Amino acid sequence: MAQILWFDNYQPADAPVLGGKNASLGTMVGAGLPVPPGFAVSADCYRKALADNGLTGQIDALIAGVDPRDTASVTAAGSQARALIGSLGMSAALAEALREAYARLGSQCGDEALPVAVRSSATCEDQPDASFAGEHDTYLWVRGADAVAAHVLRCWASLFTDRGIAYRLERGYGQHGAAMSVGVQQMVRPRAAGVAFTLNPLDGDRSQIAIDASWGFGEAVVSGEVTPDNFLVDKVMGTVSRRTISAKTLEYRLTADDQVTAVEIDNERRLIPCLTDDEIAAVARLARRAEKHYRCPQDVEWAIDETTGDVLLLQSRPETVWSRRAKTVSCNADPITSMVQTLLKPSHSTPDVGC
Amino acid sequence: MADRFPSPFEMPTPSGAEGWQDLYAYSSVFSEDRREYEDGTFWFMDGVHTPEVIPPWDATILEYAIIALSQYNTRHYVIPPALGVDIRFLNGYMYLSPVGVADPEEIGARVPEFAERAGYYFQNWDRLYAAWMPKVRALIDELESISFAPLPHREDMAVITEGRGTGSALDMLSTYHKLVDLTLKLWHHHFEFLNLGYAAYLDFFGACKQLFPSIPDQAIAKMVAGIQVDLFQPDEEIKKLAQLAVDLGLASRFAGSSPAASVLDGLRGDAQGDKWLAAWEEAKQPWFNFSAGSGFYHSDKVWLENLDIPFGFLRTYIEKVQRGESLERPMEAVVAERDRIVSEYAELIDSDEDRATFEAKLGLARTVFPYVENHNFYVEHWAHSVVWRKMRDLGQVLVGAGFIASADDVFLLSRHEVPEVLFDYYHGWAVGVPSRGPSYWPPEMERRNGIMNALRQWSPPPALGMPPEIITEPFTVMLWGITSDSVRQWLGGASSDGALSGFAASPGIAEGPARVILSADGIADLQEGEVLVAPLTAPSWAPVFGKIAATVTDVGGIMSHAAIVCREYGLPAVTGTAFGTKTIKTGQRVRVDGNTGSVTIID
Repeated sequence: MAQILWFDNYQPADAPVLGGKNASLGTMVGAGLPVPPGFAVSADCYRKALADNGLTGQIDALIAGVDPRDTASVTAAGSQARALIGSLGMSAALAEALREAYARLGSQCGDEALPVAVRSSATCEDQPDASFAGEHDTYLWVRGADAVAAHVLRCWASLFTDRGIAYRLERGYGQHGAAMSVGVQQMVRPRAAGVAFTLNPLDGDRSQIAIDASWGFGEAVVSGEVTPDNFLVDKVMGTVSRRTISAKTLEYRLTADDQVTAVEIDNERRLIPCLTDDEIAAVARLARRAEKHYRCPQDVEWAIDETTGDVLLLQSRPETVWSRRAKTVSCNADPITSMVQTLLKPSHSTPDVGC
Repeated sequence: MADRFPSPFEMPTPSGAEGWQDLYAYSSVFSEDRREYEDGTFWFMDGVHTPEVIPPWDATILEYAIIALSQYNTRHYVIPPALGVDIRFLNGYMYLSPVGVADPEEIGARVPEFAERAGYYFQNWDRLYAAWMPKVRALIDELESISFAPLPHREDMAVITEGRGTGSALDMLSTYHKLVDLTLKLWHHHFEFLNLGYAAYLDFFGACKQLFPSIPDQAIAKMVAGIQVDLFQPDEEIKKLAQLAVDLGLASRFAGSSPAASVLDGLRGDAQGDKWLAAWEEAKQPWFNFSAGSGFYHSDKVWLENLDIPFGFLRTYIEKVQRGESLERPMEAVVAERDRIVSEYAELIDSDEDRATFEAKLGLARTVFPYVENHNFYVEHWAHSVVWRKMRDLGQVLVGAGFIASADDVFLLSRHEVPEVLFDYYHGWAVGVPSRGPSYWPPEMERRNGIMNALRQWSPPPALGMPPEIITEPFTVMLWGITSDSVRQWLGGASSDGALSGFAASPGIAEGPARVILSADGIADLQEGEVLVAPLTAPSWAPVFGKIAATVTDVGGIMSHAAIVCREYGLPAVTGTAFGTKTIKTGQRVRVDGNTGSVTIID
């Protein structure tokens, strides 16, 4: 059984043991997208750890006994399951494989105490494509093989956060088949970071890329704790259709003791744009590439490496709001009728309020 | 911010220009007779075609043009929300007013007729357009055949032996009427397709905005671009001649700055020189019938009569060839970019139905594009240059008769005065006594010249009257670039922070020292790397576009000729800034952003 699977060696056959997030990272690396390098701990390692410790049946029983309508029952089962997993030690074999992989990654990136993100990537046997977005834990700026191992265990435990359990219940996913893969990926210190939609979230306009950006780690934007700068970029022309600079009051940055924490932003940087025009264009291009790779509108997380200035793709998943809406026909096919309508409202004469 | 523009009736007559109204048609000036209507509607100064004072005879063509435009909206194709464009001359400048159909029910009632009439032209466009060119060429030939000559000392003997029974003066008078009527006919032909062509453009623009609310205008315009049109041919001819000069080893003969005539003389006689001269002569017709201005002024210089103009461009191109630089307009790149843009936006369209509609509307916009661009060369350039030339010939006849001192003074007569003047000439010649003209006209022309000069001192406001709620007349939007935004900008007055904005007419960002140019004569002053700032630019200025960094204009929309030419030549441009020439001074360093439509004074 392969314990460690590298992103740059992704095989589609591995998807079931990688979970949606890690599989996605694998395909993106394969497509040449600028994703930070890393590896994943196979979900089978989690299953083996449970089995070797005789926990499989216990955990299954716990979850089977949950009443979905009773939050207290969910909470109780969750905390017990987490406690059981938390009591696990890591097998020597896995610990060694992890140490080796971390060392290799560190060597590849030129830092033997390489800071990494340790990310949950849950999988269900019967739902290999489910993305489980945001339902399980991610740990930032973890350094050293021991710390990495400890956080892998914590990710395993997070399979049974209340959110995670509820998520699977809501969607009718079999709890029995749920397992956890864990991604370990190089982290960079970002000058600026954020998200990008490959359509305008305000009106679904597919020709636009909407970028939300702020200083420091992307958590500030993703969590909504900061009002980000917003740039609307035309996908085909590369021009900025609209630009809104916000007062960026807070950023997530690395403190002296290697913690990623929220810190107030100095006055100087609050009102200046956090991205240059070149960077805006680079982020837009990156989002467009991700969209082309997945062939549908994407919700992308990106960051700009403070040291190299490179734009990195951290995550990409399908946009769900507009893509789910029923397709409507916008244009009037009959030329005469549409000409008359256009003549009655020539596009510049009044502000656009829809067709 | 004001809520209305000044009333036309508040505009003072410049000192020394008293009586100017009598030089124009009585129905083309503001008057108490129609004051309520005139005060209550919106007038804009047409800086696109006529940024300067318009001499009385020149006004003929403008009236014919605007009224012909109008008739097609109102009486031919029945554009549902629009009637015509009204016209007035004020202190010698032209003001226009788009007239909309006020009653929404009436708009609806007009749709079936529009569907039938405009529909017929759209469905049969290719066939009808193929018939247009021969019509206009025939008209130009008829204009060319016009001849004005001094009345003869004696009627030719042939008049007697052929038993003609008419005399030269009848020919002269009817020839003048023919010239005027052909000019009107020319403008009827001009608008046969144009209103519909612009409606098709507007429709394509509108569809793009429905599909992609934030799509930049420039993207839409680029999707229609890149088709070879005759408007660019004069420049192509000069480039071919430059290449030929180098290929024949004649480049050194063109160096220096001696006038065209002497260089051309010097080429005669040797094999290579004669070969080149033959190509030069060949290019002249019809391509040197090209105005350095908009074609609406008799004073606009036409290449054919001012060979130093094309010669200057030729020299610049020869130098470029010798430096190993390409003369090619980036045609392939423009076409490749156009195709990329079309396929990428098409790909982003969700529904197959919408995609089909998008492609159909794009197809129609491209069908009409050649006409929309070509007509300009054949009408405003070629045909007009013949009209001006013939009128000058007539002016020369009057000079010979002692009526006026300079042939160009004929343009100080309005079109209805000319037959009277010709009759005075005929009267004296027939009776054998002095005409009144030689005593009457010289001092009168001095007075009129004085009036014109006084009018030129006045600075015309960009708009008068009541700002409009909405503009539906398609020309006003697409060609003149007058939108609610421009109206708001005019009401607000010029910006004081050194920033101007207008239409992002042609992409790219450039910086350089500005040169403010108010007429075609000024383009000779342009230096390499400067930013041209003008009320408008003429398509015939295209040969300088290789030298300058960017263009900024006061007026013009995204589909004005200047915007189209700048895009074809890859030159950054911002049009419709409203106050460019008033805000920027020659020598100031400016930054032109043709991607966003902003212009900043850096100094």
